[in-house]
Amino acid sequence: MPEYKVLPAGDTGLLVEFGDQVDRRLSNWVLALAARLDELQLDGIVETVPTFRSLMIYYEPLVLSAASLTRHIGALMEGLRGCDEGGRSWQLPVCYDSRVAPDLGDVAARIGLSPAQLIDRHSAVTYHVYMLGFLPGQAYLGDLPSELVLPRRETPRPKIPAGSLAIATGLTSIFPLETPCGWHLIGRSPVPFWQQRPAPCALLAPGDKVVFRPVSLREYEGLAAQAAEGSLKVMPSERWLGAAA
Amino acid sequence: MRPALRVLAPGLLTTIQDLGRPGYQRLGVPVGGALDPVSLRAANALVGNAVDTGALEIAYVGPTLAVDADDVRLSLVGASTTVEILPGENASRATRIETMRSIRLRRGQVVRIGSLSGGAVLYVAVEGGFDIEPELGSQSTYLRGALGGWQGRPLQADDRVPLVRMRASERDDCRYHGLDLKPPARFRVIAGPQSDYFSNGAIARFFDSTYTVCAGSDRMGMRLDGARLDHPCGFNITSDAIAPGSIQVPGNGQPIVLLADRQTTGGYPKIATVISADLPALGRVAIGAKISFEPVSIETAEAARRSMFAEIARLGDKIVPLAGSGDAFAPQLLHHNLVSGVVDALY
Repeated sequence: MPEYKVLPAGDTGLLVEFGDQVDRRLSNWVLALAARLDELQLDGIVETVPTFRSLMIYYEPLVLSAASLTRHIGALMEGLRGCDEGGRSWQLPVCYDSRVAPDLGDVAARIGLSPAQLIDRHSAVTYHVYMLGFLPGQAYLGDLPSELVLPRRETPRPKIPAGSLAIATGLTSIFPLETPCGWHLIGRSPVPFWQQRPAPCALLAPGDKVVFRPVSLREYEGLAAQAAEGSLKVMPSERWLGAAA
Repeated sequence: MRPALRVLAPGLLTTIQDLGRPGYQRLGVPVGGALDPVSLRAANALVGNAVDTGALEIAYVGPTLAVDADDVRLSLVGASTTVEILPGENASRATRIETMRSIRLRRGQVVRIGSLSGGAVLYVAVEGGFDIEPELGSQSTYLRGALGGWQGRPLQADDRVPLVRMRASERDDCRYHGLDLKPPARFRVIAGPQSDYFSNGAIARFFDSTYTVCAGSDRMGMRLDGARLDHPCGFNITSDAIAPGSIQVPGNGQPIVLLADRQTTGGYPKIATVISADLPALGRVAIGAKISFEPVSIETAEAARRSMFAEIARLGDKIVPLAGSGDAFAPQLLHHNLVSGVVDALY
C-alpha cells in the first residue's frame, strides 16, 4: 500500500496526495486510484482530476461526507497496485524547424548541443502523459532526458501560437490554444490536441504514451492544412503494455 | 426573424453563464459558470425558468439591449444599478425601474443598464432562456477557451442573441422582498490543502488581516492586496488540482482566490479554501472591497452548505407581486424549479 495523505480542499474537494514530486511511480498510484474510484461509481462523486502526484476528488458533501469518502479511499488503498499499463500509444508528428521553433537554437546552445542533437534527444523518448490541465486538452508529458532540463523562461511570452511544442523543467507539453507561456518553444505540432466541434474531446489521456515523429516544415504545413479543414485523423498506434518485461 | 435581444452597447463584460460544466476538469476544461450562482438562481426563479438556465452575467457596467421579439420578460437580480426603459432606440424619454424584479418589454423597447454599485455582478434572466446550443452540457462562456455562451465570447454591439420564446407568458411581473444579496466582509475558509508551506506567523497574519480586492481580478481569480504571506520552503510546488475558492499564494506573497473560470491545475501553494456556502457571495464582491477570512471546520462548512440550499429552496417565499399588478401571486408554483440541479452544481 502506498503512503498517502488525505487533505481537505474546501468542503467539496478532497485531495489524495502521494508525494510532492513529478514521479512516474506516484503518477501510477494516482491513475490506479482514479480507475478504482471510477469503477466504484460512488454516489456523491462529481469528478476526479489526476495530477502528477495527487488525485483531486470533487464530491457533493450533502450526499457523501468527507469522513465517509475518506473511509472509502482507505479501503481502495488496500491492495492498490500502481500499474503502468492501460494507456494508449501514440506517434505524433512534430516540426522542429527553427521557423516554428523560436527557442530551439538558444536552448541547444545553452545545453551545449547542436539543434540536430537536441531534436534527436527530444524525439527519442517514449513520454508518459502525467496529466491534462491548464488549458483544455493540454497534456503534460515526461520525463525529458536530464540534459534537456531547464527552468522556465525568466520572462513569459504574452502569446504563443496554438500547437506550440515546449519544454520546461523535466516536462514537455503542447499548448493546444493560443496562450501566454513561460516555456521554451522548440517546435510545433499540427495535431488537434483539443477539438471543440462537433464534439469536444481531448486527444490524449493521463497514462497514454507518446513518441514524437519529426517532420519537415513542408509536411507540417500539409498536415496543418488537413487539420484546419478537419480531415487530419490521428489514431493511437497500439495499446501500451508497459515497459518490456 | 428569430426572436432575439439585440445588443446596442455591450457593457464592460457581459457573458452568458449558467451553473457551469462540471465533469471535464480531467481534460483541462474549467467548470466555469456564474460567479454568483445564488443570484443566477434567483434571477431564473423570477421569470419561472429552471434555475440552471443560462442568463446574462453583467460585470461592473451594464449593456443596452433592444427587444427583437413580440415581447420578452426579463429579470434583474444582483448588484444595484440604474435601469432605464426606453420606448425605442432613439428615444430620449426613459422610465426608471428598480432591480430585483421582472419586467415585460415589447418589441422595439430598449433596456439600458448602468454602472453597478454595491457588488460586481448583476444577472439578467430571460423567460424561456437563450436559444443557444450548450457545449459540454453548459451554456456558460469560458472566455479563455472560447467555449460555450454566445460564440465563446462576451457580447458585442450589434449581436443578436437568440431567444427561445417569441412572446412572454401572460403571468404578472413580480419582485423579491427581503432577499439580501449584500456580500459580507468576512469569509469562512477551511485551512489547507498546503497550509504547511506557510509559517505559523504567515497563517496568523492571513486570518488577522484585511485584504483589498485589486484591479486585475476577473472571472478566474480575485487578486488581493494586504499582509504579505511568506512561504519559507518556496512558492513553486509540483502542480496539482485547484478547487473552487482555493486561495493560492504566488511568489509576491499576495493571495489570489480562484473563482469560476480558474484553471483546473496550478503550481502555487494554497493556504486555505473558501467554503462552498460562501463562494456565491464572494463572487459578487467588487474591486476595492475589503474582506477578511476566518477558519472553520469541515462540519461547519457542510452545515452551511445545507442551510444555503435550504435558503435557495425558500427563494419562492420571497417573491411577491409588483405593487399595483393584478391577481394575487402564487409563489408556491415556483418551488419545484428551485431545488433541481442542487446536487449537480454550485461552483
